[in-house]
Amino acid sequence: MSERNITLDVLRYRPEIDDQPVWQTYSVPCQEDWVVLDALNYVKDNLDRTLSYRWSCHMAVCGSCAMVINDNPILSCKAFLRDLPDHIRVEPLENFPIERDLVVVLDDFMDKLKSVKPFLVPKEPLTQGTYDQSSTQLKKYKPFSMCINCLACYSVCPQCGLNDDFAGPAALALAHRYNADSRDQGRSVREDVVASNTGIWECTFVGACSEVCPKNVDPAAAIQQMKIASTMDYFKDLVIFKSRAKPTQGEDS
Amino acid sequence: MEIIESDVVIVGAGAAGLSAAIAIAEKDPDLKISLISKVYPMRSHTCAAEGGAAGVVKPEDSLDKHFSDTVKGGDWLCDQDAVEWFVERAPKELARIERWGCPWSRDEDGNVAVRPFGGMKVERTWYAADKSGFHILHTLFQTSLKYPSIQRFDEYYSTDLITADGVCQGVTAIEMRSGQLTAFSGKAVIIATGGAGRVFPFTTNGAIKTGDGMAMAYRGGVPLKDMEFVQYHPTGLPGTGILMTEGCRGEGGILVNKDGYRYLQDYGLGPPDPWPRNKAMELGPRDILSQAFWHEQQKGRTIKTPHGDVIHMDLRHLGEDLINERLPFVRDLAKSYVGVDMVHEPVPVRPVVHYTMGGIHTDRYGQTDLGGLYAAGECACVSINGSNRLGSNSLTECLVFGREAGQRAAQQVAHTDAPNTSVVQAQRDQTQAELAALFMRENTGESVAGLRREMNEAMESGAGIYRSEDSLDKTCATLAQLRERFKKVALEDRSNVYNTDLIQALELKAMIEVAETMAHSARQRKESRGSHQRLDFTERDDTNYLNHSLATYQVSGPPIIGYKDVTITKSQPGQRVYGGDKHE
Repeated sequence: MSERNITLDVLRYRPEIDDQPVWQTYSVPCQEDWVVLDALNYVKDNLDRTLSYRWSCHMAVCGSCAMVINDNPILSCKAFLRDLPDHIRVEPLENFPIERDLVVVLDDFMDKLKSVKPFLVPKEPLTQGTYDQSSTQLKKYKPFSMCINCLACYSVCPQCGLNDDFAGPAALALAHRYNADSRDQGRSVREDVVASNTGIWECTFVGACSEVCPKNVDPAAAIQQMKIASTMDYFKDLVIFKSRAKPTQGEDS
Repeated sequence: MEIIESDVVIVGAGAAGLSAAIAIAEKDPDLKISLISKVYPMRSHTCAAEGGAAGVVKPEDSLDKHFSDTVKGGDWLCDQDAVEWFVERAPKELARIERWGCPWSRDEDGNVAVRPFGGMKVERTWYAADKSGFHILHTLFQTSLKYPSIQRFDEYYSTDLITADGVCQGVTAIEMRSGQLTAFSGKAVIIATGGAGRVFPFTTNGAIKTGDGMAMAYRGGVPLKDMEFVQYHPTGLPGTGILMTEGCRGEGGILVNKDGYRYLQDYGLGPPDPWPRNKAMELGPRDILSQAFWHEQQKGRTIKTPHGDVIHMDLRHLGEDLINERLPFVRDLAKSYVGVDMVHEPVPVRPVVHYTMGGIHTDRYGQTDLGGLYAAGECACVSINGSNRLGSNSLTECLVFGREAGQRAAQQVAHTDAPNTSVVQAQRDQTQAELAALFMRENTGESVAGLRREMNEAMESGAGIYRSEDSLDKTCATLAQLRERFKKVALEDRSNVYNTDLIQALELKAMIEVAETMAHSARQRKESRGSHQRLDFTERDDTNYLNHSLATYQVSGPPIIGYKDVTITKSQPGQRVYGGDKHE
């Protein structure tokens, strides 16, 4: 197998030493079939034990190792050197504070994930057995259940850059995953966050989230679908308000 | 000097740890739970499980059949009371996570679908396409967010158990963000840290599977059981070891050697047709399939590649539609990592270290010999898997025994006194002193990466699919040296914030300890059974070895290996017969 020498520029930040992030360059002898994560592991094991980054599965499912590689947020375990030039820049995800080197602070995202109530709120709770669900019903929400929380979408979302409070693509897509599940009736309880001024209406539909998603989750579509549903609720409420002269909760029909 | 007090401390937040946490929160919302993990829960290695989870659901199936498949698959080293307990609870736990939203694949009537799996007589493997573990993990994690009593401590690396008077009273853990050592005191501790595949160089296991929890219990005086039994999955991608799910064969994929011949018919699994049929050919158990590869390799009938020998897994006859519906993830993985589209070409695969049947010795309630300490999931050995786990029993195991351990712990803490603060403080200080010594050690030329490479090499060369006295002697000797040399390992990184040099050093220590239990248990077991195959003792020996090995820690020197009888309730050891031309 042929060897290829790669110049790896890594944006480093060690809060105990560095006032601000600094670039460090490594020359890495790589195998042609490697991914960028393999090159980082080479650096860690052979060149510099002080480099820190997250990784685990090396098969694009644990979501740990997303970073910005030559300006694109991507899973480093699926960033093949065969698709990249000899000079590679590696940076932490954007729109997150850097904790150390390529490790970013996830606290804010974890809070947002929780805020959308990402769990089933069943229509008629069963205490045993299983709910029926057709393959067609499954297909409606399945794509939105594929998010691995790699956060590449937050790195490219212009709203995430402008508004720290915006719930963001992955959290909103997850809300939609449950809203769209035939077993669920929790949409109204999720609306508190989803339809608030930090939810779907903040999204300006740039669609960059969907372009970078390694799992084709399409958060932009999820947000659009929720906007439509929320708008329908609004008009339904108006009609009901007019006819009954009292407001109602936006319950699912 | 922080002490975080809770009722139950759980180490590990994969399927088993989350199941335990939710079970406790449901049972008694007033109990305070600390859920500690060295990664965020959704990074836990449960996410990499692909094929599915076993639980009897079809009318033609029965608990008895699941029991006998499991016991036979484990070559009669399973504790049968535990297997009975397990198969009975399996479908209930799988249904429970359906009610929590798990997106199981469905049949045409809207019921949960099941697929065939290796060594299983009837289709009973529930699946979510080929990302079953991923969906189980995310369903559990997201559901856990409902419960305010579950307090998470993400990215805390647990180092040691805190024990006093023969009772476990908590753990010490490093907050990776700050480097601070924290003591978590608890009336009960549940370890759910998963497997230790990373002691081998070629494994499906993610980087985090370093056996930390096993090592922690072991150092705390709890024996590790049946550690010689390490499962090779027969179908991993060369180079990376990425898993090609057994679901590939469950859906009808075949394995052929370099001549295009379905060689499994030469190893007691034939005849090849009719195909597919359960418990035959490619749907034989993993140990026998991986051993068959080894023999084909000896005969020169495998295919050479730069990443070692392979055989071919051929799925072309399934067609693109079925592959896209049932196996989309592995199709993409094979395309990306070896450049092969399984719709048009056979996929190169080879056996790869996948699962540790052994683990922390527990009973069927998850209880260990140390009061207040429980274990569940892959890090535990109940034992339901015996000497060879059947595919799709492990996800279910995490759910069943995670829940059980949680419930037992919740019951126990109601009548347990609060931990002794001075003991907790003292043990934290001791761990702090040990970490400080590692931190400040002058460079002696011993590195984490160097020792890890040597350990990996020793395990692969001496304790692989086939072992012998000679190979294991060498491995044990190397590991003993590595144990000593580890004491000279110095860190290059002496910073506090997210110091992965430090964490990897601690992981290496755990791995060397776990590797020693594997190699020594294997050396002492002078028979061949399931995944443990000795070239010098080729037969199963029920007279001397129908028992579990127990590896007990020694402060200096290798583990002491003892034995414990296997529990047999209704299935006397017999022949493991697979193949035959009937669709059972």
